[in-house]
Amino acid sequence: MQNKTLAELATGLHAKQFTSVELTQMYLDRIARFDKEINSYVTVTPEKALAQAAAADTLLRSGRGGPLTGIPIAHKDIFCTDGIRTSCGSRMLDNFIAPYDASVVTRCYQANMVVLGKTNMDEFAMGSSNETSYYGPVKNPWDLAAVPGGSSGGSAAAVAAGLAPVATGTDTGGSIRQPAALCGITGLKPTYGLVSRYGMIAFASSLDQAGPMARSARDCAMLLQVMAGFDARDSTSLERLVPDYQATLDRDIRGLKIGVPVEFFEQGLDAGVEQVIRDALKAFEARGAVLVDIRLPNSKLSVPTYYVVAPAECSSNLSRFDGVRFGYRCQEPADLLDLYRRSRGEGFGAEVKRRIMIGTYALSAGYYDAYYLKAQQLRQLISEDFVHAFKQVDVIMGPTSPTVAFNLGERTEDPVTMYLSDIYTIAVNLAGLPGMSVPAGFVAGRPVGLQLIGNYFQEARLLNVAHQYQQMTGWHQQVPPAFAR
Amino acid sequence: MEWETVIGLEIHAQLQTRSKIFSGAATAYGAAPNTQACAVDLGLPGVLPVLNKEAVRMAAKFGLAIGATVAHRSIFARKNYFYPDLPKGYQISQYELPIVAGGKVQIELEDGTHKTIGVTRAHLEEDAGKSLHEDFHGMTGIDLNRAGTPLLEIVSEPDMRSAQEAVAYMKKIHSLVRYLEICDGNMQEGSFRCDANVSVRPKGQREFGTRAELKNINSFRFVEKAINIEVERQIDILESGGKVVQETRLYDADNNQTRAMRSKEEAMDYRYFPDPDLLPVALDDAFLNTVRASLPELPDAKRRRFIETFAVSEYDAGILTSSRELADYFERTLDAGGSAKLAANWIITELSGALNRAGLELGASPVTPQQLGGMIKRIDDNTISGKIAKQVFEAMWGGAGDADEIIENQGLRQVTDSGAIEVLIDEIIAANPQQVEQYRAGKEKVFGFFVGQVMKASKGKANPQQLNDLLRKKLQ
Repeated sequence: MQNKTLAELATGLHAKQFTSVELTQMYLDRIARFDKEINSYVTVTPEKALAQAAAADTLLRSGRGGPLTGIPIAHKDIFCTDGIRTSCGSRMLDNFIAPYDASVVTRCYQANMVVLGKTNMDEFAMGSSNETSYYGPVKNPWDLAAVPGGSSGGSAAAVAAGLAPVATGTDTGGSIRQPAALCGITGLKPTYGLVSRYGMIAFASSLDQAGPMARSARDCAMLLQVMAGFDARDSTSLERLVPDYQATLDRDIRGLKIGVPVEFFEQGLDAGVEQVIRDALKAFEARGAVLVDIRLPNSKLSVPTYYVVAPAECSSNLSRFDGVRFGYRCQEPADLLDLYRRSRGEGFGAEVKRRIMIGTYALSAGYYDAYYLKAQQLRQLISEDFVHAFKQVDVIMGPTSPTVAFNLGERTEDPVTMYLSDIYTIAVNLAGLPGMSVPAGFVAGRPVGLQLIGNYFQEARLLNVAHQYQQMTGWHQQVPPAFAR
Repeated sequence: MEWETVIGLEIHAQLQTRSKIFSGAATAYGAAPNTQACAVDLGLPGVLPVLNKEAVRMAAKFGLAIGATVAHRSIFARKNYFYPDLPKGYQISQYELPIVAGGKVQIELEDGTHKTIGVTRAHLEEDAGKSLHEDFHGMTGIDLNRAGTPLLEIVSEPDMRSAQEAVAYMKKIHSLVRYLEICDGNMQEGSFRCDANVSVRPKGQREFGTRAELKNINSFRFVEKAINIEVERQIDILESGGKVVQETRLYDADNNQTRAMRSKEEAMDYRYFPDPDLLPVALDDAFLNTVRASLPELPDAKRRRFIETFAVSEYDAGILTSSRELADYFERTLDAGGSAKLAANWIITELSGALNRAGLELGASPVTPQQLGGMIKRIDDNTISGKIAKQVFEAMWGGAGDADEIIENQGLRQVTDSGAIEVLIDEIIAANPQQVEQYRAGKEKVFGFFVGQVMKASKGKANPQQLNDLLRKKLQ
């Protein structure tokens, strides 16, 4: 049951083969049974979920259900949920209950989906391994010694282990795609501005984008359909028609021009991962697609560029966590400065503090031009590389991450190596483009993700290409043996 | 040594939009603490700002009114600093590309000459909340009702050379924003406040001296006093061989002194950068043309028109156009058809005096412009004298009705029948033979005695000119 696609679950619910309450209870039982090992959820809300499921069943019985009515979902704990704690993986917000829902959450409710709970994540979405969470690391369902990736590691692991059929994630530098790759699921980061950021706790506002994490491209299409669309409460949300993402899934990809960036296969790429990606590209070629070598000459600058832009924005975005109005406050502050210093010092973890300090430095008088301004200029160059590339090709493909999931603790002492785990995903955020990761094989039992990058608002094309790949291969149907029961 | 003062002002005008600049919460003043602050104003996690279009329109209106460039593209930036009444830990303001740049206004100096003061820029920003230090037993209360209220910060060039000029400039901007109906100008409630950058230099020197920034001076009177006392302080330092330190100073009105708040070394690094939550503000010509077409007649133009059309003196025209309400009151008074000169006099002296005594704003005047105009018409057509008019005015003030009703009911119509006046004169002359003798012997002063007596006998209603003429004839 937990291996069914969303379309199959929807068919079953509409055909009354099972009820939403039964389905929801099944997932709640699995969470109770398995999540102690995986730690993918920070908060589980069984009563609320069962009540929502019962309401969905009423709709389904009366024939008024929509495509996702009664389907359970898990939200990354970065999305504010009215009445349910939203921790953002931080001690700072361990006691925070928002009086509003994020727009993404509202849209899922409007589709009558059932919220199972909130998934674990790197603190404030800062991390690539889910080890910076205040609630402890998430384990990779394929190998409990391995990290699930991050920052949406809880969502990725929950979907991979069958603890949720689908989940929301956010992606600032790879936080949907990299954990999707490391956990062997399908994840999509939409074009910047397609999905509302309202109620999504900001890490780096100009890069953050929410997207679906699921078992297949079709499942991603179904959830994206619900998530996407203009929101007047987000000034960076774009007012444009959302296409029917499922309608074009079956389009033939013969003649599709696939750009293969030379830079994505240079040093640092694990040989096993490279082989898996080359094989995937061959499969596309066999299907009639054309591989074109392209260059993204500035992409090698994306990690340093990102580690100026993102910390700069986060240093400002996280200023509101000051112990004054909500969130963590230190005991017995002596005065205002002490309140600030200790509330923030005790409330934030090391990685968050590191990034706040980097960002504060980069924005300081005398350094702004050398760092922030320069980074913005590089960002422009990186974007132009893609504009140029998309004049020649329809999609770009390469590895999502240079290696498969690494072991817990392996990189925690070496932030730069950790940062390099997002080397192929970051440029996509800097350019604001849509990107996907789809399962493409394994190296030593750990999943490998194939990254697909599309031009602006080409989500339908990406989903089509990914779906076609999933028609040819069965990698997305593989489930971690330990949780297959 | 002779010193020259150099002053530049930063004026914060609160824009009178109904909702806040980045949220839908109300901006009304005086609500219970924290009842007009929504999730956006509180800086809760995940919420986002959405720009209030009305605030943009108001800023553009101001820019066009001072002949400035209203930017086709302006950018909101974050000004980062920690303070408990600043919920997000940053203020959304404009830094590198403000919405308004390079305007000017004319001020009139005491000697009647005019001077042009440059406006460097005006930018949109959100206000912070308020920290309340009293009533909390050593703790501080935070009221975030004001957080997110739209402000237009108007920055002048260092063009002013005296406290009087600074006050004239501030009054000019005050009048302008009220004319434009973009700010209520209420200084007590903090809707219009000002910081002053003050320095002195030896007369004739080109370079500016080191400046001090005087914070939050909340009345015209305090601006003048604060600047004067600060100039004195700086000159004292310089003349005793010291150096002025660049710093922010607070004016203490109770002790009439300025004191240091923070020095340049302690100055905060605000780490401005473009706010990624807000897109650049793009204004096209069509929008600016609509705003331009909505501009009211501005004070300078109105003043010229009053002088040219109504032949009121330059001085009176200046007073009458000092606020849009007063100018409107004046023009509506004229609608009744009376003389402009009389109307101007009555408004500037009697009406303003009565309002001042009663502590009322013009809008709350018990005498409407229609009523005042009706009365002035009766002075014009000799129905009543100027003296009786004061009586009529008082009755109108007291709610006794229109001038015509009062004149009728109280029998105040002026006596212009020379026969009737002659009868009174004859009686008085007959009753005072001694005074008649004195007058005829050349004691001119006694004439006044007769005028008084006859006027008293007429109960004040005799036409004064007629009375004079007839009396002179009879006494000859």
